[in-house]
Amino acid sequence: MADRASDYDKTRRVVFVTVGTTSFDALVKAVDSPTFKQELFRKGYTHLLIQMGRGSYVPTKSEGGSSLAVDHFTFSSSIADHLNSASLVISHAGSGSIFETLRLGKPLIVVVNEDLMDNHQSELAEELADRKHLYCARPQTLHQTVADMDLNSLVPYSPGDATPVAKLINRFLGFPDD
Amino acid sequence: MMEKGHGCSFSGIVSTSTFSCTIVVVTLILVRILYVILWGPRPFSRRATKPLSTLIVLGSGGHTAEMLNLLVVLQKDRFTPRFYIAAATDNMSLQKAQLLENNLTAKNGTRVPNTAQFMQIYRSREVGQSYVTSIWTTLIAMIHALWLMIKIRPQVILCNGPGTCIPICAIAFLFKVLGIRWSSIFYVESIARVRRLSLSGLLLYKFRMADQLFVQWPQLQRKYPRATYVGRLM
Repeated sequence: MADRASDYDKTRRVVFVTVGTTSFDALVKAVDSPTFKQELFRKGYTHLLIQMGRGSYVPTKSEGGSSLAVDHFTFSSSIADHLNSASLVISHAGSGSIFETLRLGKPLIVVVNEDLMDNHQSELAEELADRKHLYCARPQTLHQTVADMDLNSLVPYSPGDATPVAKLINRFLGFPDD
Repeated sequence: MMEKGHGCSFSGIVSTSTFSCTIVVVTLILVRILYVILWGPRPFSRRATKPLSTLIVLGSGGHTAEMLNLLVVLQKDRFTPRFYIAAATDNMSLQKAQLLENNLTAKNGTRVPNTAQFMQIYRSREVGQSYVTSIWTTLIAMIHALWLMIKIRPQVILCNGPGTCIPICAIAFLFKVLGIRWSSIFYVESIARVRRLSLSGLLLYKFRMADQLFVQWPQLQRKYPRATYVGRLM
């Protein structure tokens, strides 16, 4: 509903795609497909910014206006700024990227890279998706996920706490409790 | 004939005594290993009063973020001096740790070189490397780790994967068996591990090298009962 309304105002609504330090061409290709970009535009997003890492697939840039504006870069030291100014984040499944986005309270779709050899990364994304903190997709299901998503149903993530571990370590070593 | 027979029985005695000597030595080593495994992972009955030298093995990316979250809440006056180790291919982690230490310095006025040191180590296994070639790279990493461990001889080891911590923990275990240094090893499994332990975590768990192994998801603790569930660090 909110998506519809913003179709008509001129505010920037950025979708930020991040693949982290490696390459994830399957994801970049998926977000670069015309139907996917149309879907984002229909949902009221105005800009698509892609951090493509070491990937070899280069998405097509677009000025926007009557369609989605598309831009991309390889790496940036200010990923945090991009996350901050985004209305929707589509990220690889690395835990650093996931928690940084959740901490900022941004709606998040995690796309699992099925080409990785030791693919434990889907565990975390699926667990957090079960708890409704984010959406979890594969490159080939991303379009459907965006089409079906209801961002109001996402549950805000409350950050964890390291004090229980610290307490156990202290106790084990014989330090008195504070 | 006589001489030969005599020689025979003499060498028989020698081989029997070497054999029994070997048996005794092997038994002693096994008993010592069992002692380290079974009696080691128990809290000290005495109260710790002096600060403990602490080795912090940093992973990369998400691993480092989790470790730093733990370090923020640990009492720095108890865990000092601190030695940070990260993979040679990973500059970011040591930078982040340095940032944390610098912030501490700004607060307390102590100089960083007195309380914290930063080192790099060869990595035993890169992300995506096959398990077969990682045997060779692990060996190289072992030798480098041994050199660092001889220099540091930490009383406390904190690690949360990935592979970098395995050589360190194996050597620490060896030092315990040999009586060189008794260090307490704490392993915090990454929050990314929800259903299964990582290779590092599994090795430390199976070989009982960690004194305490913490996991961040309850279902993981149910699968590995000797682990301790501590909730999320992130």
